[in-house]
Order: sequence, then C-alpha cells, then structure tokens
Amino acid sequence: MADVNTGDGGGGDKKHGKRRAKKSSTRIDMTPMVDLGFLLLTFFILTTTFNKPQAMEISMPVKDENLKIKDQNKVPAEHTFNMLLTKNNVVYWYFGMADPNIGALPALNKTSYSKDGLRKVLITENNKRHNTYVQIEAWEKEVEAGKLTKEEFRTKKNEHQVNFKTSMLIVLIKPDKDAKYRNIVDALDEMAICNVGTYALLESTPVEDQMITNANTYVK
Amino acid sequence: MPKIKMPKNSPSIDMTPMVDLAFLLVTFFMLISQFRAEEAAVIDMPSSVSDLKIPEKDLMMVLVDKEDKVYFNITGQEIRAKVLEKMSEKYSVVFNEEQKKEFSNMASFGVPMKSLSAYLSASSSERKKIQEKSEGIPTDTTGVCELCDWVYNGRTLAPRFRVAIKGDQLTSYPKIRRVMDIMQDKTINRFNLITNMEVGPGE
Repeated sequence: MADVNTGDGGGGDKKHGKRRAKKSSTRIDMTPMVDLGFLLLTFFILTTTFNKPQAMEISMPVKDENLKIKDQNKVPAEHTFNMLLTKNNVVYWYFGMADPNIGALPALNKTSYSKDGLRKVLITENNKRHNTYVQIEAWEKEVEAGKLTKEEFRTKKNEHQVNFKTSMLIVLIKPDKDAKYRNIVDALDEMAICNVGTYALLESTPVEDQMITNANTYVK
Repeated sequence: MPKIKMPKNSPSIDMTPMVDLAFLLVTFFMLISQFRAEEAAVIDMPSSVSDLKIPEKDLMMVLVDKEDKVYFNITGQEIRAKVLEKMSEKYSVVFNEEQKKEFSNMASFGVPMKSLSAYLSASSSERKKIQEKSEGIPTDTTGVCELCDWVYNGRTLAPRFRVAIKGDQLTSYPKIRRVMDIMQDKTINRFNLITNMEVGPGE
C-alpha cells in the first residue's frame, strides 16, 4: 500500500536529512501598513462633515383670494411694530400705520441688527406690555432649574400669549427690494430671541418705500 | 579604565497600539461619513440661533445663490426619475436612459429645461461651465416658470416631503420672496429656511 508517511522511511541517514525550519523573525515591517492607515484616516477626517445644517421653520398664511376684508384679522395700531429692512443692514422701525389718508406719517427710527440695536428695542417694547420677555425668561430659568417641566412651560407661555392677545406686541417684518436674505434671517432670529409671539413677513407698501428713501437722505 | 558600554537598544518601537488606534479611527470615520453628490451651487448660508435639524432625506429644496440663480433639488432616486419624466412630458424634452440615470444620481442643478439635456450628458468640468453660463431655473411671473412646475411635480409626487429654502447671505429679498410666493401658490405654507449655526453667543 502506498504510504504517505515518510517519517521513518529513510531509516539510516538521519543525521544529514533532517531539515530545520528556517529561523526567521516573526516581526514584520508594519511601516507601510501604518502609512496606509494614516492616509485613510486623514482622508476620512477631511471628507467628513460633522455639523448638519440647521433650519428655521416659517409658516406663511394661506393665500386665499376669496378672503373677505371683514374676515381678516384687525391688528391694534398702537401695538404694531413695523420693521422696514433695507440696504446696508439698516432697519427702520415705527409704531402704528403709515397711511397718508389717516394722519401724519410716523417718524422712522434707525437701528441695526446688533445686540444693542434691534434686540434692545424689541425687549424694551415687549416688557412695556405685561413684562412678556422678563416673564418668559423667568420661566425658562425655572425649566433649567427643574422646577418646571417643558410641557408646563409651553402651556404657560401659550396662556400668557392668549390672555394678552389684544395687547401683545405684533411685529411686521417688511423687507424692501434692497434687503438681503441675511437680513430676513436675522430679523426672524430676533423674533425667537425676544420671544415675540406674533409676527409676520410682509412686503413694504409704496408709502413705506418712499419713507425709506426719505430716511436714507435725512436720518443720520 | 573600563569602557562604559551603552546598552544596545533596538531603535524600533512597537507600533502595534498606534496601528490599532489608527485603524479604529479609520473605521469610525468610515462608518459615520456619508458621501454626498457635488452641489452645483456654492452657497454661504446666514447663521441663526435656531437649532432645528434638517432631515437628510425626504426633502425638497430650492436653492438661491448670491447671484439670484435658482437651483432645485429633491431627494430619492425614484422620485427624481418620476419628476424628470413629468417635466420632460410637459416641456417635450426627451431624455435618453443614460441621462435619466444621471439625473437620479446627482444633487442640485440650476439649468433651464432646454439646456438640461446637454447638462446631463456633459462631463463634470463642462457642467460647471454650463452652470456658470446659465441663468438658473426660470422663475418668471409672466413667462415660463419652470421652478413652479418642478415644485408642483415634486409636491404631487412626494406630498410628505419637507420643503426647504436655502439662500445665500447676499441673495436679494425679491428673489426669495418670489420663491416663497411660488411655494404658497402650490399651497406649501410651511417651509424651512436652512441656516448655519450661530457662531458666537448672542450676536
């Protein structure tokens, strides 16, 4: 029978025939692997984007041609804060209505999008009306301290806004044709920061455009 | 005096832990990174304090760059193919299979229908040229409003998609208003404005 075993087959010449396994080092050179590893690492670090873009949600009113004038919401003029956004990051604001048929045109106040500009004005005006900003800030602190749950905070905030619905600050954001997208986002941001409950994005009227042009020339 | 013998140390160090760490990091980055198709538009978004995250999928997006060019993007290969089909019917522009496939795989685009076919067959460098020359997707109030049809078809084929507007800091307001008006005409009254995270606290 054919035998595979070669162990004792040779018999006599054991002294010469035994082959020794080569004694080579078990260590291998890892440098190329490390190189490759770090190359890949660099590649993935550079191509990864961590921060997902954020978004702000905005709801526009339903466009309905059939909406009758009597169905439209009337807004009390003394609480209506008009913001006219125009070129060079300038904001003009006034209260009430700009309609030459009703009375004299209101004077425009000039401000900017900085912390001491628009935000200060909005917070001051907001606080004149039921301390809204201060009140909501206080509740927010309570939430952070764990005294108030988020649900409770939301209901309280809503209640506050419903209770003083007719005398709350209402902001109308009216960008003109020179305003930039950035200005609108900034303005909407201020709404969120200053806890303005009611605001709308509208278009400036021709009268207001004229006021802006005048203000650009005279108001320093 | 006997010579001081310096101990003969091997200069090679054990690299195994370092390699382990490197490959661990490689694996980590490989798993979390997502490759996205190249955007046609270069847009520098304004920053805001809003911290709402925008989903990566199920999204219809209108992009407006600083030259007021309008781009359109919608996620999902199947939806894209369907939208393109509707558009080619309406504007009687015929696309071959390859162009259709190309369209479903790419990201945003900003060319009118008449040059879309050439845009799809072009190589990526040629595409940039076509994109630069084109005036974006038409949004005319009186003439052709291709964006209206893109948005309309996107809306009807994927009614549950979120709608977002991504504008550049320097995009002019009238253009953004026009895009918003188109949305409202198509009864999209809730949409997202995509922004960057606010850089510093406060201002």
